[in-house]
Amino acid sequence: MDRPVVELTGAVAVLGSFPALAGASLVVQRGEIVLLRGPNGAGKTTLLRVCAGLLPLARGTGVVLGCDLATERDAVRRRVGLLGHRNGLYLDLSVAENVRFWGATVGATDDEIDAAMDRLGLSGRLAPLPVRRLSAGQQRRTALACLVARRAELWLLDEPHAGLDATGRDELDATLRQAAASGATVMVASHELERAGSLATRCVDVVAGQVVGPR
Amino acid sequence: MRATLRTAWLMARKDLRVEWRSRVALNQILPFAAITMVLFAFAVDRLPAAPGDVDTVLVQLAPGLASLGTVFSLLLLVQRTFAVESEDGALDALRAAGVDATAVFWGKTLAMWIQLAILSALLLGTAVVIYGIEVRWSGVALLVTTWLTATFGLAAVGTLYGGLAAGARGRETLLPLLMLPVVAPVLIGATRAVEAALGTGGTAIADGWPWVGVVAVFAVAFGAGGTLAFGPLIDE
Repeated sequence: MDRPVVELTGAVAVLGSFPALAGASLVVQRGEIVLLRGPNGAGKTTLLRVCAGLLPLARGTGVVLGCDLATERDAVRRRVGLLGHRNGLYLDLSVAENVRFWGATVGATDDEIDAAMDRLGLSGRLAPLPVRRLSAGQQRRTALACLVARRAELWLLDEPHAGLDATGRDELDATLRQAAASGATVMVASHELERAGSLATRCVDVVAGQVVGPR
Repeated sequence: MRATLRTAWLMARKDLRVEWRSRVALNQILPFAAITMVLFAFAVDRLPAAPGDVDTVLVQLAPGLASLGTVFSLLLLVQRTFAVESEDGALDALRAAGVDATAVFWGKTLAMWIQLAILSALLLGTAVVIYGIEVRWSGVALLVTTWLTATFGLAAVGTLYGGLAAGARGRETLLPLLMLPVVAPVLIGATRAVEAALGTGGTAIADGWPWVGVVAVFAVAFGAGGTLAFGPLIDE
């Protein structure tokens, strides 16, 4: 069996003086879609940020995509795609220019960039439009296309359904299923339990900075 | 090193493309700077600086006024370039994607340098026309060197402090507060060098080159400072 994509053991992460993660342990295998559920302030976003290599561990151990979170956080960042409440796009640039820019940061070829746009249904009339003129769902799809173009192997999504209409949510779910089917691993923090739960291959409960549900 | 240069060029092209699409510098910052130069002309006396002087007060002050106009434009450019990054969380996304911070710094500095150099040239042109300054050919080399060195130094400082203020609350007011004291050496050096290039106040061209040296030292110091500090600054 392949090595897990995420292995956290007794992970502690501190925000200021507050222990936002208090000894969380979690294992995620390749191709899984894992839903992180829990009340506000439970530590779901912190868990995602730790896995993205953005927050250092104060205690415990963590390995993401084979890279140690204590010593190789830059390498983790390059291979992980984190999508938070905002999309990280340049609103004055077109859809194609955004995807091209983010793909170019990892040296993606034109074919890879075109394939990323095709996969998210952005190649047609949407490609030349400025992102500012798109709907919230189309902007989110553009952000996901940027993750594909960046060759992200682990997708970390924080409330990805927020602000999307029914069509946008359906499109997002289809994209995530397709990403998992093609080998990416997806972790989703969401309050939309019914929708995200039907998408997930596994649900994990996070309470008071610890993973209390199935690990 | 090659990857850093490639990413820096990618960032610079992206910033220039954003400006080309939005035209904020062209339609807002440039008119602001031009209006400032016109207001200076109304505010400053057109009488001879001293009895018997050929130059008016306005002509003698012109190099300093053009430098001030450039610094004011820089403040707006820095605000704009980092507003583009923070509008939809792109700076955070660059950080989260592990994009080389040194490349981000140099890419943004290069794009800002190009924009500021164009703005500054237009401001100096405006000063020449509306303040009635005569440009002597023998001073052109000094003028061009000063123009390129000073605008580079200002762009490096602007990028560094823009990154510092990007995540701060009240960044719009914090940025001028942090930046204006720091750019004083460039303002003084560039003003003295341009005075020498134009010959205002009877200064000789040779008097200007040491000031260009001061500006160059400042530019190199902030280029090096940005290379080292920009990553930790935006990581905070």
